[in-house]
Amino acid sequence: MSDYSPSEMMIVAAARALAGVRTVFVGVGLPNVACNLAQRTVAPDLELVYESGVYGARPARLPLSIGDPALVTGALSVCSMADLFGLYLQGGRIEVAFLGGAQIDRFGNLNTTVIGDYARPKVRLPGSGGACEIAIHAKQVFIIMRLSCRSFVERLDFLTSPGHLGGAGERERLGMPGRGPQVVVTDKCVFRFDPASGEMVLVSLHPGVRLEDVRAEMGWEPRVSPDLRETEPPTPEELRLLREELDPLGVYRS
Amino acid sequence: MKLTTMHDAIAQYVHDGDTVAIEGFTACIGFAAAHEIIRQGRRDLVLCRMTPDLVYDQMVAAGCARKLVFSYLGNPGVGPLHAIRRAVEKGIPNPLELEEYSHFGMVGRYIAGAYRLPFFPLRSYVGSDLPKVNPRIQFVESPYGDGPVAVVPPLNPDVAIIHAQRADVHGNTQLWGLLGAQKEAAFAARHVIVVVEEIVDEEVIRSDPNRTLIPGLIVDAVVHEPYGAHPSYVQGYYDRDNDFYLRWDEISRDEAATRAWLEEWVYGVRDRAEYVEKMGRETWERLKPAQAWSRPVNYG
Repeated sequence: MSDYSPSEMMIVAAARALAGVRTVFVGVGLPNVACNLAQRTVAPDLELVYESGVYGARPARLPLSIGDPALVTGALSVCSMADLFGLYLQGGRIEVAFLGGAQIDRFGNLNTTVIGDYARPKVRLPGSGGACEIAIHAKQVFIIMRLSCRSFVERLDFLTSPGHLGGAGERERLGMPGRGPQVVVTDKCVFRFDPASGEMVLVSLHPGVRLEDVRAEMGWEPRVSPDLRETEPPTPEELRLLREELDPLGVYRS
Repeated sequence: MKLTTMHDAIAQYVHDGDTVAIEGFTACIGFAAAHEIIRQGRRDLVLCRMTPDLVYDQMVAAGCARKLVFSYLGNPGVGPLHAIRRAVEKGIPNPLELEEYSHFGMVGRYIAGAYRLPFFPLRSYVGSDLPKVNPRIQFVESPYGDGPVAVVPPLNPDVAIIHAQRADVHGNTQLWGLLGAQKEAAFAARHVIVVVEEIVDEEVIRSDPNRTLIPGLIVDAVVHEPYGAHPSYVQGYYDRDNDFYLRWDEISRDEAATRAWLEEWVYGVRDRAEYVEKMGRETWERLKPAQAWSRPVNYG
């Protein structure tokens, strides 16, 4: 049995995907930890950008929210949200953005608005925040979500943030500057997107996870890469950084 | 001289049915002003904020609002806003209408309002379902041949309430840390109430003019209200009370507990000074921030 948690595997896999990246738009929760880990490992030049208006954050402790005062202290720049969304995001300065949601479909479209009917929702979710425009403008979108049938659905109840929409080529036709979702990191596996169809393809299973385990948690029959492999488990150094520096309270241990 | 009390500022500038923007993104959220609005029993307000946060959850629970204009509805990092959900789903204490945008859309609405423009164009909403549920989000053809572009209408609140670190008695206001959309909201509004941690001399403002976000020119009232943004935070003055944000998740799940909290902490105190006293010294000790001073620059 492994001595790391599914959350830790997710964080490590997401951090590694940031190798060589210069600017990343960070979200709360797991992406926050993943980006901070990447900065200490595969992407030392990574600048963290938060929609609250912070560019080049160097938080002394793990921030609890995207508006945490620790993000301001020692940052390269703190600007208005008008500048952040207008100059940094719409201006094309963001290489990678992390997004997640309550629902995702095979093309990486995301729902963070409602479960059920919009007018009479079963569950009212937070809504877009900046996700709708982030999904359009970031050069690449990385998605972190736990795998479950409730989240990986055949059909979204609401499309908040566009992925590859109905398939490859649709973003370009609509004039979207960003290339859209590139990778989906889950607690069981990693997906990438097939350039020809724009559809999610299973590329690696985390150690100990079987293909059936993944199939059982999806609302559609996933395409599987012919080169399906096992995700490299976290290294001792990655786990040390996570546990001693980034998550000393063990929020992501279980 | 625009210095006044919170009671008088709210009594004069916030009326039933008004469109109100209490801005501040995570930081500098005007809770003291919101509580005074609740105490004065305002009704049918249209509450605008990018992130309604606990401040509007409390106002909605108290029955102040008929409509919410927003872009992110949640208790950040914790969960949903239960009082707002009760109002939307069950009409408790009264029905609540929602009008939603994305963050850039809300910022754009304030910019159009502040610039007195008929709309703000932005490259967003393409492929999203948001325009289907909010007919105020439209697409227009660029007159310069760049294809369709999304537009949002101006937002001109009757009153904007801005919390900041310091101002002089004329309302020249300096803010640092997260700037949110406070400047845009203030310039868009018909009236502006500024609430600050400290009142300083005009010379202090003049010694660092780049830090002045809002000029006294557009300010109607200045209120001196230390800890007026608690449980949110003010950079350099006090940290965010994350424990309270977690506790509100518990309190607000239950309608009676929410009412009891409002009874004790809003209706049960005369003003913010009494709230600060009642919170107790240990709260303010716990929230004391570290020291991280900037280096002075030469404006000569």
